[in-house]
Amino acid sequence: MTQGGHMSTRDDGGKLPPLLLLHPDDNILVARRDITKGERVEIDGESFTMPAAVELGHKLARRALEPDARVLKYGAPIGSMKIAAARGEHVHLHNLRSDYIPSTSRELGADGH
Amino acid sequence: MSESRMKGYVRSDGRKGIRNVVAVAYLVECAHHVSRLIVQKSGADDVHLIGFPGCYPNKYSLEMMERLCTHPNVGAVLLVSLGCEGFNREHLRKTILASGRPVQLLVIQQSGGTTRTLNAGLDIVRQMRAELAKQTPVPMALDELVVGTVCGGSDGTSGITANPAVGRCFDWLIENDAACIFEETGELIGCERIMASRAITPALGAEIEACVEKAANYYRIMGYGSFAPGNAEGGLTTLEEKSMGAYSKSGSSPISGLIKPGDVPPRGGLYLLDVVPDGEPRFGFPNISDNAEIVELIACGSHLILFTTGRGSVVGSAISPVIKICANPDTYDRMTDDMDVNAGRILHGAELDEVGREIFDLVQSVAGGALSKSEALGHQEFILTYKQFEPIGPACLPAA
Repeated sequence: MTQGGHMSTRDDGGKLPPLLLLHPDDNILVARRDITKGERVEIDGESFTMPAAVELGHKLARRALEPDARVLKYGAPIGSMKIAAARGEHVHLHNLRSDYIPSTSRELGADGH
Repeated sequence: MSESRMKGYVRSDGRKGIRNVVAVAYLVECAHHVSRLIVQKSGADDVHLIGFPGCYPNKYSLEMMERLCTHPNVGAVLLVSLGCEGFNREHLRKTILASGRPVQLLVIQQSGGTTRTLNAGLDIVRQMRAELAKQTPVPMALDELVVGTVCGGSDGTSGITANPAVGRCFDWLIENDAACIFEETGELIGCERIMASRAITPALGAEIEACVEKAANYYRIMGYGSFAPGNAEGGLTTLEEKSMGAYSKSGSSPISGLIKPGDVPPRGGLYLLDVVPDGEPRFGFPNISDNAEIVELIACGSHLILFTTGRGSVVGSAISPVIKICANPDTYDRMTDDMDVNAGRILHGAELDEVGREIFDLVQSVAGGALSKSEALGHQEFILTYKQFEPIGPACLPAA
């Protein structure tokens, strides 16, 4: 994929890489489009087979992430890992928590109440 | 060249309005239906409904109504009171009168009920529109423009496409001495140190950090951050992740000031609007929905609003046009009729600058009278609720 992944850079290859690296320091990548399970993508120049589908705008681990690892997006911390994630794994509510205020869902209030 | 496209109606305070709206304002929920009937039956797109539902007096809501009724986009005001509510209607009427605008007050209990008030209101609105039609707009420059930005229904694309594209537009507007306002300190939690470093003085930086800390405390007490289930469905996981994306709407200009709802920027530059109430939480969530934020941006003098959305919001607003910038290309395809700009095409290879330029051009054409999509569809949402604020500190505004 285009390292640096800056959005102002046009991809001249005709086929745009499905994963975006928003900042060189980031340890997550963002899906530029819906990516299907089993699809072959590149992570840091290496071919990788997607273990599960990831939707447009969602994140996956650029490298293996340990519990309590700070997750960086746009080069800035966006929370810490609750549990480990393998390289290429979806990073979302199930494994990433806010360092400020817990996120909420329709079923549960803040912090699961 | 492009500036000559913009035109405005000159007001007595020197500001110019890009629309010439007749505002019909209910002063308690009990006068809402009659006011709505007046607006609907007037059959005119430039008659807008605003109002405050509460019966208890509140300094914030009185000041907000004063700012809104004397907003440059408003040419004349009809106030509709039930009669017994706590709103200080005479104070509001005198403020509007002092601004040189035509203003009329109907008190439903004195007018004789629904039908008589409706008929009287329709006559008043007809006369006001005839009066406003005689006014001619004059050319308006970018340094006379105030633009607010808000995001709603953010997703994982917002911070990559629409928000930074608005940031570029903000940078160019500010280069031309326009005033630009970004807001919702509760959605900037996690960005406080970066923002403080952009403040034009260290004292302003300290104020910015303090106001984000206030927001974090407030939302903690409320039990919810400003993070909706749709944000998570769209790929956002944490409040600070949403914040980083939202923050990019502010562009890269220095931050000139920190204002509160109803404070009008004294000159061009970038301003942060602190929307979180001061003191102990008393009236509930700071802003209960996107339109509450839009109303506050308008009360700060915003002529138009740049609204970025990933999941797909459809709202507009009373008083000021809302331009919808869609972050997500799939949402754009589903909801094209509601979206002014397809910023999601950045994900397909378009340049950020190209989309930023499209927004910049659109700001000027909408300021020249072109209708935004939400405006053409008749969206005129409005909501105002109870709040309390202390005045801003001395370090919050740029030195004269």
